[in-house]
Amino acid sequence: MSSKVERWCGLLVLLVLAVLIVIPFLSIFLASMQPAGSAVTGLSLPEEWNLDNYRQAWTAAGFSTLLRNSLVVALLVVPVSVVLATLAGYALGTMNLRGENAILLFFVAGLTIPVEFIVIPLYFNLQAVGLGNSLIGVVLAEIALFMPFSVYWMRNHFRAMPRELVDAARVDGASSAVILRAVLLPLARPALTTLAVLVFMWSWNQFMLVLILIQDPDSRTAPAGLGFFVGQHGLDVPLLSAGTVIVILPILLVYLIFQRSFIAGLLQGGLKG
Amino acid sequence: MSNTVADTAPPVRATAPRSGAPRGEKRAPSWRGYLYVLPALAFYVLFAVLPMLHTVYLSFFDWDGVTVASWVGLGNYREVLADPDLRGAVLNALTLVVFFSWLPIVLGMVMVGLLARHPRRGMTAFRLLFFVPQVVPLVAVGITWRWMYGSDGVVNQALRAVGLDTVTRAWLGDADFALIAVGLVGTWAMSGLCMVLFFSGVQKVDPNLYEAARIDGAGPVREFRTVTLPALRGEVAVALTVTTVAALASFDIVYVTTDGGPAGNTNVPGLLVYRLAFTQNEVGLAAAVATVLAAMILFLVFTITRLVKPE
Repeated sequence: MSSKVERWCGLLVLLVLAVLIVIPFLSIFLASMQPAGSAVTGLSLPEEWNLDNYRQAWTAAGFSTLLRNSLVVALLVVPVSVVLATLAGYALGTMNLRGENAILLFFVAGLTIPVEFIVIPLYFNLQAVGLGNSLIGVVLAEIALFMPFSVYWMRNHFRAMPRELVDAARVDGASSAVILRAVLLPLARPALTTLAVLVFMWSWNQFMLVLILIQDPDSRTAPAGLGFFVGQHGLDVPLLSAGTVIVILPILLVYLIFQRSFIAGLLQGGLKG
Repeated sequence: MSNTVADTAPPVRATAPRSGAPRGEKRAPSWRGYLYVLPALAFYVLFAVLPMLHTVYLSFFDWDGVTVASWVGLGNYREVLADPDLRGAVLNALTLVVFFSWLPIVLGMVMVGLLARHPRRGMTAFRLLFFVPQVVPLVAVGITWRWMYGSDGVVNQALRAVGLDTVTRAWLGDADFALIAVGLVGTWAMSGLCMVLFFSGVQKVDPNLYEAARIDGAGPVREFRTVTLPALRGEVAVALTVTTVAALASFDIVYVTTDGGPAGNTNVPGLLVYRLAFTQNEVGLAAAVATVLAAMILFLVFTITRLVKPE
């Protein structure tokens, strides 16, 4: 195979794949613009562009509440996860604690926990302490679920910092809190941003946990509400499509704004156990 | 570096207090360090580790979630092995591994094989696009594909356009094709990740290696086998782990596309855990399924890390 042929084959493969990735999104978007309740066929341009499905999904199906719930959960999960992981990662990455490897291994062991493995007792125990059907229960569970990755991520970041930085500050008599705040944190911005966007994404997209921990469909987050919406409006393709687009758009926007951090995180953040 | 250590404390552990456990160690134990770890650890233990242990514990009971549970030992596990529905779900999950994991990895390999020697400027835009399926909620992905697979959906529309009218069907409702159809949604969602992972891995390869291989008369295939593939070990391990876990623990896509149907042909463990525990009041059995699932994941991840990174 000559290198020219190879080059064109490569580009062709890339283009075909790009089209294959775009088509589903195009399909759902076009369907969402068709008149409500109409029969839609595959990829077809609507005769008149129609935003009424969005209005209906927004009000009748309560997506405004669902999105607000999603936002509340994410805005609680992200800062708590980031702060706690930073503290733990700092200690595990720079302090040579005794038993540090065992602690780290204990966290790393949790990297592949499936929701299925924790959700049953969570449901019963949160209910028992009065946190059944509450966003707080979801928040607590999500923080714990993402903690192995978050700690592992921050620990690796602090581990990679030049030792001299920390040592020099110690020599100058800085306390551990000051070293973290004044020396290490200013340098940690990229790592923190990446962690924050990843946790935001996982929190936003979490489905099974919310579906189970919150039984009342109106109190759920957007993806879980969408899951319920399918059951109710599965036959009304335009309306269902509008609901789907509503759930996709926010996270897509965040992705476009923070694409660098997202891609860095998704690339390096795979489970390097 | 000029320093004024002399009159303060020993350089390392300058802030370690004298209190701590008085065991006469050389280095004063820095209990403060543990305080930093404690909050994260507490969340993790309380809301993840204890629930895991609790799930295992529940798996030894027959419990409807309301009345008193009764100990059945390994009874639930025996049922998981014996009941064709439960066993079938485990087998389906293993089938999904082919679609969620192996196919995307092969696709990624093909692409890297074609592109490795010719770094491409437009790659950033492709990368941005290829990650989109990783970023949007899987529920939304599932709903989108459910519509694509429908009788009037894009898949059938495309088949009709090329004259394959006889092949068209409601894919997700077809006993023979539903599992494959669900699997291909996973292929769609995971392929971009594998490609971009491998592509970034290959860019770290020393170009001299390719030079050398070519001087030795290696063709593209041998070059791929001797240079590209070995360099990608780490990336392959990551891709295998992430996608295998996604396949075994799949729930979102299946829940909205087929809900396990037709006739249980697309059941997966996640779906059974949900249904058994929260609609059929078989909490103990659900816990056993969850435990088997977690054990499978643990075993496969362990095997993968062993196989792919032998150092």
